[in-house]
Amino acid sequence: MSNTMENVAIKGNREGLLISLSPTEEWLLITQELAARLDEQSGFFNGARVTVDVGQRPVPKYELSSLKALLERRGLLLSGIKSESATTLASAAALDLRAIDQRQVVVEDGTQPSRSVITVNETSIDPEVEGTPGVLVKRTLRSGRTVHSRGHVIIYGDVNPGAKIIATGDIYVWGKLRGTVHAGAEGDTSAIVCALDMRPNQLRIAGLIVTSPREKTGPTVPEIAFVRDEQIIVEGWS
Amino acid sequence: MGATVITVTSGKGGVGKTTTTANISVALARTGKRVVMIDADIGLRNLDVVMGLENRIVYDVVDVVEGRCNLRQAMIKHKQFPSLYLIPAAQTRDKTALSPADMIDIVNKLRPEHDYILIDSPAGIERGFRNAIGPADEVLIVTNPEVSAVRDADRIIGLLEAENKKPAKLILNRLKPEMVKKGEMLSADDVTDILALEIIGIVPEDENVIPASNSGIPVTLNPNSQAGIAFQMIARRLMGESVPLQEPETQSGFFRRLARWIGGRS
Repeated sequence: MSNTMENVAIKGNREGLLISLSPTEEWLLITQELAARLDEQSGFFNGARVTVDVGQRPVPKYELSSLKALLERRGLLLSGIKSESATTLASAAALDLRAIDQRQVVVEDGTQPSRSVITVNETSIDPEVEGTPGVLVKRTLRSGRTVHSRGHVIIYGDVNPGAKIIATGDIYVWGKLRGTVHAGAEGDTSAIVCALDMRPNQLRIAGLIVTSPREKTGPTVPEIAFVRDEQIIVEGWS
Repeated sequence: MGATVITVTSGKGGVGKTTTTANISVALARTGKRVVMIDADIGLRNLDVVMGLENRIVYDVVDVVEGRCNLRQAMIKHKQFPSLYLIPAAQTRDKTALSPADMIDIVNKLRPEHDYILIDSPAGIERGFRNAIGPADEVLIVTNPEVSAVRDADRIIGLLEAENKKPAKLILNRLKPEMVKKGEMLSADDVTDILALEIIGIVPEDENVIPASNSGIPVTLNPNSQAGIAFQMIARRLMGESVPLQEPETQSGFFRRLARWIGGRS
């Protein structure tokens, strides 16, 4: 039934139907085509749970809600949206649909159950030549946000209390670090955490955990945390 | 030019969303603006009580959405300010009785004939919150000067950013200057330090607020209430006036000000 040349592909899977929509074709045309396809099969899909994959297309909330209505009129229940677009995922979440993130690096807003760690590709590589994989997040992470990365994480902004970073490599915060960070999350004790203003709620490197002293005195200086003799050491970063 | 839609939200409960919605609405209506308040807290409605309009409810917002009445019928006109209306929440249902699309629909019908539409959001980050912010042009986040409320506000700000809403504005409610002075309460600066958002109003703790809510006469109508004055200031700022922001001061504030003035700097 599915045909990759088409704008609309309908497949059955374990959970119900997966409908893939072309990410480039005009939205109106696609939805019309989808409606026509469903009408041809009238009643056949009745009661099925549907996941729709829209690829990288940014779908605003009203379009998504009309898609949902279109499916409902044909007895189908829209349960999830797969997408690589942040806009689409936000729209889906706003409509209480399961937003399935297809992006390479996951920045969660925490309202959805945690998903598996997806990440930057790690093929090759000689680190001297290619560099090591990492992700740059250019904004402040607010409470409830989580960044997972297989590799290093650099935050250009603050990490507020309640935000969380989990990296298999190092974590660099070019701002205030107040949330929870876990460097070397798969056991790498050579991982480090650096911040311009280091006061994390909780800091983990590999299997070790420390919290910040309650009151910190003295001027704020950039600091680095690393493991030495099975202990996390924090000292001035220069 | 349609109405500006302002959603009042907070994440945490009990920080003063409903009080804020009621007072800002009244302060706006007092200047002659045409204002509609919508209570989006389905199942736990309060705004009608605070506004003293509880006994006038016939239809509510869910009745409108489900077609049991038209929009006009659900709009309750305020006794004192004829340009102020309330659309109450349903008490017998829950948040799922509405969708964000329903709210957008209602608001769009109201826009042409009003200047401001204020939506009182429920606490939390679930469906009720989504309903409330769906139609918002502007979002006011109410927080208290305490760590847990600020944490929740931060969460809300993050969710709004993900919705591509323009930056919200903060209202710091129930500030006690003498506690801030002693270092026992977060100051306005502490709060902006974490949230990095513009503060549009600082409302001091005021004993007049609770009796005012109980009697259904919002505190902003009491000329002797510091909190009431603060809400008026917020309304004026929302209307685009530039009213300087002052952190409430303790009793000795006048002398401190004087000292600062004489001394040149604080």
